[in-house]
Amino acid sequence: MTLLYTEVEEELRTAVRDLLADKAPVAAEGENTAAWHGLARDIGVAGLLVPDDLGGAGASAREAAVVLEELGRAVTSVPFLTSSVLATRVLLDAGYADISRLASGEATAALCVSLAASPYRDIPVGVLAEDGGSEPAADGDETGVAGPESVLGAGVSGAGTGLRTGVVSGRFTGVAGALGADLFVVPLDGGRVAVVESGPVRVEPVVSLDVTRPLATVTFDRAPAVVLDGGSVRDALLSAAGLLASEQVGLAEWCLTTTVAYLRERRQFARPVGSFQALKHRLADLWLEVAGARAAARNAADQLAAGGDARVAVAVAAAHCGEVAVRAAEEALQLHGGIGMTWEHPIHLYLKRAKADAIAFGTPGDHRSALAPLVGLPAPE
Amino acid sequence: MVDATTVRQRAEAFLAEHDPSELSPLDWLRARFDAGLAWVHFPEGLGGLGAPRDLQGVVDQLFRGTPDNNPGRIGIGLGMAAPTILAYGTDEQKRRFLRPLWTGEEIWCQLFSEPGAGSDLAGLATRAVRDGDDWVVDGQKVWTSSAHLARWGILVARHDPDLPKHRGLTYFVCDMEAPGVEVRPLRQITGEAEFNEVFLTGVRLGDDLRLGEVGDGWRVAQTTLMNERVAIGASGSPRRTMMGVFTEAWQAHPELRTHDLHQRALESWVQGEVMRLTGQRLREQLLAGEPGPEGSGMKLLFARHHQEVSALEVEFLREDGLTYDDWTFRRPDGVDFLGRGAGYRYLRAKGNSIEGGTSEILRNIVAERVLGLPAEPRTDVAAPWKDLPR
Repeated sequence: MTLLYTEVEEELRTAVRDLLADKAPVAAEGENTAAWHGLARDIGVAGLLVPDDLGGAGASAREAAVVLEELGRAVTSVPFLTSSVLATRVLLDAGYADISRLASGEATAALCVSLAASPYRDIPVGVLAEDGGSEPAADGDETGVAGPESVLGAGVSGAGTGLRTGVVSGRFTGVAGALGADLFVVPLDGGRVAVVESGPVRVEPVVSLDVTRPLATVTFDRAPAVVLDGGSVRDALLSAAGLLASEQVGLAEWCLTTTVAYLRERRQFARPVGSFQALKHRLADLWLEVAGARAAARNAADQLAAGGDARVAVAVAAAHCGEVAVRAAEEALQLHGGIGMTWEHPIHLYLKRAKADAIAFGTPGDHRSALAPLVGLPAPE
Repeated sequence: MVDATTVRQRAEAFLAEHDPSELSPLDWLRARFDAGLAWVHFPEGLGGLGAPRDLQGVVDQLFRGTPDNNPGRIGIGLGMAAPTILAYGTDEQKRRFLRPLWTGEEIWCQLFSEPGAGSDLAGLATRAVRDGDDWVVDGQKVWTSSAHLARWGILVARHDPDLPKHRGLTYFVCDMEAPGVEVRPLRQITGEAEFNEVFLTGVRLGDDLRLGEVGDGWRVAQTTLMNERVAIGASGSPRRTMMGVFTEAWQAHPELRTHDLHQRALESWVQGEVMRLTGQRLREQLLAGEPGPEGSGMKLLFARHHQEVSALEVEFLREDGLTYDDWTFRRPDGVDFLGRGAGYRYLRAKGNSIEGGTSEILRNIVAERVLGLPAEPRTDVAAPWKDLPR
């Protein structure tokens, strides 16, 4: 293992960074279709986590993390995290047959879970009725709740019923990557998921804090679905939390370097404001936090790639990087002074993304609490 | 380049030929030095093999359980004097000093800080006046750990007060047994005297004890200080950590746990783990090279973490936190940040953000040398030292 970047990873970073410089030169709200096509088709990031024999690149979490660093640095609005990482991970787990469409970037998928869902809590699930069955949802809005045991360990249950079809109902709020998605992955109870490709699906945009990753409410009313056994949503959320840390590192680093550059140029009192100790010390502290975030995020990606028990590495990275990204964006805003408060300057896009990211897939506090039993610091009675 | 296989073979051959039970510990250490297995990245003939620094681990693993040189006791020699002597010493100086330094026969101390020159080290006032083949040194140094045990000290003194402050300095090896060297203990808030004041009165040092050129003292001192910060901040992955000490207390006293302390303990645990990973990443980066300004960052993290965790432990212990193990004025043989009781650890950790560069100075270093932010405007750099207001 290494906490540094391999040569291949650096090459991937350069390719992504160059493409973003071309297709997404300034951060902006709204999905950047040109950037996504370039990333997915030309560089092949959509299939990074998909094995070679299923049409992907057969890479690991380490490479996905490098892509996320660059996407965080540019707060690019593309469905990499939601489709190519989160939904793809669940569909791979569940043995979804048509994954090559996602790997090529030709289609994107959304996992119908709130962006605010924590890997340590129960999540809402859809209600399934077998084809032509007599188990309609009481109304279109009903969702159930899966207990922890029904989600953990999914994919190893011997349900053995294999591929089935049915109709699924439910209403899922706070879903990221749903606008423009071609297929929807709906968590069900019993460690199963339903894949919905068409039919009565309603995707309603929500006015979102993070304008570069807008949320939607997704409603299914007896939508025809393929039902798959397996696909651990909880494990996928945990690995998404670990990889989100790399997006947060990229975001924080942009905030730091942009602020350093500004303070070297900006003059008040006849000197660069960056020469004032009060500001230098804040930036030195921020640099340290970002350096720590990078080490923690690299460690999480490395542990996820290794495939062992990554719970501690993920929780540490998520707890630390979530807070560092918010602090970096907040410091960037403050240290830019008045210009930082304007819509015209991109800092607000970074602040909104950072704040939303610190809620996504568990808050820093959720991740710290999850560490308690793992590191010998049990909670008080 | 010497590789891991060669190092392993050399170490195994040495162990086969030298039975620790048949030699005195000192003879054993001398033989190990002479075999190039002391610090493998040092040159051949000076205790090393000219091998990459990271191959030291191969030797240390094989030599586990053999007599050691008590690295805690000779930390200043190993961490600061040795790299400086290696970088700037003459061949004669390297031959004379490095072997007994490494074996622990001769202890070293650091004569840098003065009552009037702390963070502003370059403003120091201890004079070194040339007199024939000798230098005559007068002044006062402070915060000198191990001075009462030391055979040698690394000393920065002012040879020319007419030059600007940084340019009038010269670096020496001070003979701590020379007439005119007086060492007095300095009692700290912990009750003990780990440090000393050192008074230098007409101390005569031969010119052969000068390290580096006349006027090069500032540059030589930078080598020492960079190595010091790395030694304090990133000294490998220690077996025991402050967080480990706290965790043991937490496990031993379920009745003292509260939700507030639990949240703070978890925050500290994460900080400690992030610090460990940052250090690991830094070491990976530095494996082949020399410590750079990034090492200053590790020391900042380390100081903050030690202070937070030790403070948390005192609070956690409640009534026990109101007690202290022993205020007796004594002189410890070395320093163990994790030793003694919670109260001692809390008080000793306060020094971590002062010794080896205050956290404020280290933030300046990070801001200027890592981030490239401009320095504060200064009036003390170009003027002759003797004309500066004091």
